Amino acid sequence: MILEVDNLQIHYSTRDGTARAVDGASFVVPEGRIVGLVGESGCGKTTAVRAIMGVLAENGRQAGGRVVFKGQAMDEATTRRLRWRDIAYVPQSAMSSLDPVYTVGSQLIEVLTKRGGFSRTAARARSVELFDLVGLNERRLADYPHQFSGGMRQRAAIAIALALEPSLLLADEPVTALDVIVQRQILDVLRSLQQRLKVSMVLVTHDISVVAYLCDEVVVMYAGQVVESGPVREVLARPRHPYTMGLRNAFPDLLSDALELVPIGGSPPDLREPLSGCRFVPRCPFAQPACSLDTAMSGNGAHQSACRRDSEADTLRTAALDPRTWQRSSSFAMS
Amino acid sequence: MAALVELRDVVKHFPVTRSLGEIVRGAHPAVHALDGVTFDVGDGDAVAIVGESGCGKTTLGRLMLKLVEPTGGAITFAGAPMAGLAGERLRDFRRQAQLVFQNPFDALNPRFTIYRAVVEPLINAGIDKAEHADRVASAFRRVHLADFDRYFDRYPHQLSGGQLQRVVMARALVLGPRFLVADEPVSMLDVSVRAGILALLREVRETMGLTAVYISHDLALVRYLCERTLVMYLGRVVEDAPTEEIVRRPRHPYTQALVAAVPVPDPDQSRQPLPIKGNVPDAREPPSGCSFRDRCPHAMPRCAAETPLLRATADGHRIACHLE
Ligand SMILES: Nc1ncnc2c1ncn2[C@@H]1O[C@H](COP(=O)(O)OP(=O)(O)OP(=O)(O)O)[C@@H](O)[C@H]1O
Ligand SMILES: Nc1ncnc2c1ncn2[C@@H]1O[C@H](COP(=O)(O)OP(=O)(O)O)[C@@H](O)[C@H]1O
Ligand code: SF4
Ligand code: SF4
Ligand SMILES: [Mg+2]
Ligand SMILES: [Mg+2]
Repeated sequence: MILEVDNLQIHYSTRDGTARAVDGASFVVPEGRIVGLVGESGCGKTTAVRAIMGVLAENGRQAGGRVVFKGQAMDEATTRRLRWRDIAYVPQSAMSSLDPVYTVGSQLIEVLTKRGGFSRTAARARSVELFDLVGLNERRLADYPHQFSGGMRQRAAIAIALALEPSLLLADEPVTALDVIVQRQILDVLRSLQQRLKVSMVLVTHDISVVAYLCDEVVVMYAGQVVESGPVREVLARPRHPYTMGLRNAFPDLLSDALELVPIGGSPPDLREPLSGCRFVPRCPFAQPACSLDTAMSGNGAHQSACRRDSEADTLRTAALDPRTWQRSSSFAMS
Repeated sequence: MAALVELRDVVKHFPVTRSLGEIVRGAHPAVHALDGVTFDVGDGDAVAIVGESGCGKTTLGRLMLKLVEPTGGAITFAGAPMAGLAGERLRDFRRQAQLVFQNPFDALNPRFTIYRAVVEPLINAGIDKAEHADRVASAFRRVHLADFDRYFDRYPHQLSGGQLQRVVMARALVLGPRFLVADEPVSMLDVSVRAGILALLREVRETMGLTAVYISHDLALVRYLCERTLVMYLGRVVEDAPTEEIVRRPRHPYTQALVAAVPVPDPDQSRQPLPIKGNVPDAREPPSGCSFRDRCPHAMPRCAAETPLLRATADGHRIACHLE
């Protein structure tokens, strides 16, 4: 395992109390694999990767759990030492993270010389290599960010993150809001990085299709917790947690014969409220009184899920395919 | 079926700031947002417009609502030329044709309550005040906002994205329109919320007998809403066919690339490699001939010399490509 996240707790202090944005999340990233972190917005995905990278917002703090990178438990000093060299990060707003005043090339050279100790000549040569790697023409090194399209800026942000040859790349929604063709081009860049440079990755997304296309493993987050994880094929073909089943149904599929999308009623809970038991109860069509008790992840082998009714997963999955099932959950009318 | 909206050879150019060189040369560069667009929207139909960012989708939608005027060509609505609409007839058109915005977070004035947002079109249209409360309530019912009166005093920032999009739709529906243009109505919403809004769009279209144009860059979504799809590239329609045909048997090389690029939620579905490279060229300087030729895997000399016209094929597509 290149990365192990163990019972991670991240709290934000806000005017209205503490938000438990990540509330006991555990998952692993095997060496050389791409792990997709999925869930609706507000489920704690960005918070989790920012915590791993050691770049939490001012009001955020790690309240518990640990992050182990290449067998070494991370504290503030090690995180600072490894940041950008060994672990790199493409932030959610990468498209706007480039500085408008400097050319893209000079920003890349800055990272290489300041953080990587490259000489200017070596940095220039490396910039050309990096641009080539992400499919940008080296002539565009002299351009300012505003001369780039959204997709090109996203590629540039990836080039900057890769500058110091990290072994782990954390990419937060790297293709959200891009056109499908550009989206595909960037996913193909990420795949070639995995294949050619053996970079391990955590890819944050709310798009199950992106996970299906690129990832080896998937971790499903709901309300700050991991509710299901495992190999992509298994989890998407045979989801065991009702939340994953719901997400899967809600997704448009270009090739399916079903011409109806089924929404999950309601929305994720407010993480400032005290929560216990299964967080999905108000939206789950299969909720039972016992669901108000906490349930740990369980399962045979790599495919794990945290649902009281896990032993009935096959039956629930069949029921979940029927759109009427989802009209039964108590919050249906409120979305 | 008779057409509700007809576009004939519609052109829209936007002037751009000239560089010094262009001033010296006396050049007047323009963004070719739309270049000769011709199609009909049948009464009661739902038509999708898809294509990459910047290809002219929003511009086309705004032209159909007479929010901008074309540089050339003609548009008619219910048989009447839109260029000539003025006075009472223009006001009547404004009641009949409505827009649902790309981003619900920008569509509503943050300082107005939800009630005010939805009643405003009634005020602007000069509807009798006695009818306001009833019509607002029925618009809220249409968009399934449960306990809608609870929302009346709230402000946009106090609502979730999905609720906001329902309010934006209530606002578009409150005048009982006949024609709706929805510009990326769900692209900013979370997956689970999206499904609900799509179902709602379908429902209102059926129950109110609306004619609708949906703008999107996502073919997978469009399939759930529209029987027919127009594919645009750099200001031109390159293919026009029933949506299922576009998805299952794309014919124009650009449509083929677009379909190949759509991700599907099934890891076992093997995906063909993307057949094209590069980016959309600058709309200020579109290539001569076929504007897709610098990315097209089938380009031939003729493609640089001659602009392909949109022509009907035997199997019911309209395609603009010299291969046809
Ligand atoms: N008011 C304007 N002035 C100048 N150029 C404009 C204006 N409005 C649009 N354009 C240009 O016209 C072209 C088409 O833009 P349009 O907004 O219609 O694209 P779109 O297909 O809706 O893109 P997106 O998917 O990004 O919304 C673009 O090149 C755009 O920059
Ligand atoms: N700086 C912050 N201060 C307070 N709350 C925050 C902050 N950043 C995120 N949150 C809250 O933490 C939760 C998780 O957010 P985030 O990690 O951004 O989720 P995701 O990336 O899955 O959308 C949300 O409830 C969000 O509102
Ligand atoms: S524990 Fe209960 S409420 Fe939670 S997902 Fe399972 S069945 Fe639904
Ligand atoms: S006209 Fe030529 S360049 Fe254009 S799409 Fe057809 S083959 Fe390709
Ligand atoms: Mg996020
Ligand atoms: Mg647009």
